[in-house]
Amino acid sequence: MTTRRYVLGAVATALAVPAFAIAATAQETIKIGEINSYTRLPAFTQPYRNGWELAVEEINTAGGVLGRRLEVVSRDDNGKPTDAVKIAEELVSRDDVVMLAGTFFSHIGLAVTDFALQKQVMFIAAEPLSDAVTWAKGNRYTFRLRPNTTMQAAMLAEQAARLPATRWATIAPNYKYGQDAVAAFKAELQKRKPEVEFVAEQWPALFKIDAGAEAQALANANPEAIYNVTFGGDLAKFVREGKLRGLFEGREVVSLLSGEPEYLDALKDEAPDGWIVTGYPWYAIDTPEHRAFVNAYRAKFNDYPRLGSVVGYNTFRAIAAIIEKAGSTDTDKMIAAAEGITVDSPTGPFTFRAIDHQATMGAYVGRTAVKDGRGIMVDWFYADGADYMPSDDEIKRLRAGN
Amino acid sequence: MTGQIVVQFLTGLAGAASLFLVAAGLSIIFGVTRIVNFAHGSLYMLGAYIAYSLTERLAVGTIYGFWVSVVLAALAVALIGAAIEIAILRRIYRAPELFQLLATFGVVLVVQDAALWIWGPVDLMGPRAPGLDSSVEIMGQRLPEYDLALIVISPLVLGLLWLLFYRTRWGILVRAATQDREMVGALGRNQAWLFTSVFFVGAFLAGLGGAIQLPKGGADLLIDLNIIAAAFVIVVVGGMGSITGAFLAAILIGELQAFAVLLLPESTLVIMFLAMAVVLVVRPWGLLGRPVAEHAAGRAAEPLLRPPGRTQRMIWGAVIACLLTLPLIAEDFTLTLSIEIMILALFAASLHFIMGPGGMVSFGHAAYFGLGAYGAALLATKLDTPMELALLAAPAIAGAGALVFGWFCVRLSGVYLAMLTLAFAQIAWSVVFQWYELTGGEDGLLGIRRTPWADSRIVFYYLVLAACGVAIYAMRRMIFAPFGYAVRAGRDSRLRAEAIGIDTRRFEWMAFLIAGAMAGIAGGLYVYSKGSVFPDEMSIPRSVDGLVMVLLGGVQTLSGPLFGAAGFTWLHDAISRLEYWRFILGGTIIGLVLAFPEGLGGIWRQLEDWVRRRRAVARQAKP
Repeated sequence: MTTRRYVLGAVATALAVPAFAIAATAQETIKIGEINSYTRLPAFTQPYRNGWELAVEEINTAGGVLGRRLEVVSRDDNGKPTDAVKIAEELVSRDDVVMLAGTFFSHIGLAVTDFALQKQVMFIAAEPLSDAVTWAKGNRYTFRLRPNTTMQAAMLAEQAARLPATRWATIAPNYKYGQDAVAAFKAELQKRKPEVEFVAEQWPALFKIDAGAEAQALANANPEAIYNVTFGGDLAKFVREGKLRGLFEGREVVSLLSGEPEYLDALKDEAPDGWIVTGYPWYAIDTPEHRAFVNAYRAKFNDYPRLGSVVGYNTFRAIAAIIEKAGSTDTDKMIAAAEGITVDSPTGPFTFRAIDHQATMGAYVGRTAVKDGRGIMVDWFYADGADYMPSDDEIKRLRAGN
Repeated sequence: MTGQIVVQFLTGLAGAASLFLVAAGLSIIFGVTRIVNFAHGSLYMLGAYIAYSLTERLAVGTIYGFWVSVVLAALAVALIGAAIEIAILRRIYRAPELFQLLATFGVVLVVQDAALWIWGPVDLMGPRAPGLDSSVEIMGQRLPEYDLALIVISPLVLGLLWLLFYRTRWGILVRAATQDREMVGALGRNQAWLFTSVFFVGAFLAGLGGAIQLPKGGADLLIDLNIIAAAFVIVVVGGMGSITGAFLAAILIGELQAFAVLLLPESTLVIMFLAMAVVLVVRPWGLLGRPVAEHAAGRAAEPLLRPPGRTQRMIWGAVIACLLTLPLIAEDFTLTLSIEIMILALFAASLHFIMGPGGMVSFGHAAYFGLGAYGAALLATKLDTPMELALLAAPAIAGAGALVFGWFCVRLSGVYLAMLTLAFAQIAWSVVFQWYELTGGEDGLLGIRRTPWADSRIVFYYLVLAACGVAIYAMRRMIFAPFGYAVRAGRDSRLRAEAIGIDTRRFEWMAFLIAGAMAGIAGGLYVYSKGSVFPDEMSIPRSVDGLVMVLLGGVQTLSGPLFGAAGFTWLHDAISRLEYWRFILGGTIIGLVLAFPEGLGGIWRQLEDWVRRRRAVARQAKP
């Protein structure tokens, strides 16, 4: 049966793509509702869109899922949780999507997580990093792809603990993601190195940073090392002011996400040198799967992939695998299929854990350097997410309230 | 330690530079034309974007190229400002006062999408200023050289503006028009030309402010709204129309922000609005402002509100019948949308209650919507209060807020009152935004569920219909009750009303309380329709939405705000799937403003008048 479908699919593809497209639209498509902050954080979300478009194209060319084409109804949430919830409602009740996917900002991801529970719809959170999505506020309907803040903070804290510095200062955007990222890093670092003390905390409002004053305030506390969580435009302003004011001279900086091309490339030749970061050195990852991904991406978009591209690609690869395994678009069956499923990806295989629906996708950890007028990552390694999870008991305790 | 404080102080001064330029422009425009220009932040944003593009092209990396780009960008923005004045605002100076405000909202939306279309959505990091791209050492601390340049620029601009206003003929005319523009017109000066030139200068300053902050920040699509709130605060604190006042206020706010980062890193947002509220309460006209002279022809006599006639009642009966039968035929999402429309109609009606009959314009009505919403949500999430009780508590909490804020607000009038409502709304918003432990900050409060009996969409629809219907009907009754007549008397002639023994301020205060409580009902219902609440619900855009609904529907009619809410929410939903929906929405608003200066609700009356005239003509024609 399965063999025959594959054969049919192959024949159809071989005949002609247009003919195939007509044949497939005649059948009912499987609709996925996709929500993301396309205008609020385009640096990440546009490569992300390219990533999932590539994945969906590959899936449909190969015959779709359960013999049906995958169709994505994609909407912009304007960076507002209220809009995201409204759109989610519309996608479910007007567009009849079988599941929701996407979101970037943690507070928006959490809002949709709550919506998924309320309406009993499956939701695959692609990017939001807040621990709560799969732990404290995690629910039966929500899965998450990327390593969360505690996992990434643990990867960085492992490196930070090897530094001689004991006086640390932090700067983070004042919302869920920033709060989580600072708390997790403090806990992970103090667990590994109890003598560490934190002498200053700065909490600029997201995308409203007063970079000069914030950098000056950090310098005033005279820390030995700095932990940074700002990203996007805030990061660029912070780096420029910090450099001018000599904030980073003689101080180690550990910085979450700053090695991702979406943020590092925007800094051009002002990119920081020697920061310990998590990121995505696409130019240096030399595995067959990743090479194939980069080539396909470049052929389709004439651009290089960012981390967002990988996230978008992996999310929709995972969705296809889940529906295929479930053999149905029934929510309960899809949840059962998703728990424990392992998906192959350009960045290596990852598993959605049954215990908390968190994927084990990892992150690349390394130091930044400036080469040919742009920032890159050097001395990097791939940290597998599975190695940085809290114990199962800890997770059960965190999810107990749900 | 002193070194650190000095450098922090200088950083604050540098931050004040762009604030001063933008606020000075806003202040000049308001002084002469009496237009509260919400689009001023958009001009600032355009200045930043245009300067960015120019620095990319003109003699890259040279000192000359950078500064020429800055000045050219400011000139380009000045021309855009003048064009907006000629193409849009000039046509509606005779319309009711607030209509220009509505037009500037439209401009904000159009400019946002125009910038998105031209420059794309990615944040643009500004270039470093050539020759000023390093730092100097001051008392052992380093300060960027460009900060020093900014510190020098703002007093320089202040000096030039002083020369312009006190040593040129144009300046004399502008100062004269600020005091009494009718008199200037009566003396034979061409007002149209004067207004255009004032817009030119104001827009130039906004563009300059946007351009000179490039090396400190850059250009992105959020800076228009980020700066406009700060600019309002500075104009109001300094005194409307006073440029020296704006200068002092900019320094005050700049320093408060620089030191707040140091002392209260988690509550930087509230400081600015607290300062504004304190100044307005202590010195209602700002630091260096003077009481605004009431213009003789400033306010056209409001037409009398009439109780609905028979035709109108029949139409309302039909509307209610349709609403009652809607769940039988409509699909799920239509119901969801209708619920939102009814809630926002109540919100708009409550704003209209103080704006129309009360004559008090509120720029911060979202505060009461938000207080009701957060009140209900906090009761539900923290104290496990059942839905019925939380919904009853919402208007009480919002009303309590309105009682406190209103007590201060009704002491002022006109645009100062509007600004104080804005200040209070922003204080409430920043508290919610930054009191993370209680309100969850930007993450909002989630997981608010309806009681099982109201869980079904249809039951909740009827609940909302009943609650909003009763509340809106109650407000209509109040407007035609002695209470409403007393409020309207205070609006139309305070002096005469007080002479016959009406305590106008007390009535205004009560109107404020009622409007706040009604907005609170809407907020409470909103929370239970969504299941969550976020600080956006009490932010400036929510207040602006309310104003747009009321003004679009027509402030002079009772049903106007309801039509405005329905039309606006429906249109918003219908176009929000399109990439450039803001452009369409803004364009529609501008088009409607130009075509129907009385608003959508006014169409009905224009039609009625037309029919009446036709009948009269027909009667005369009969032999």
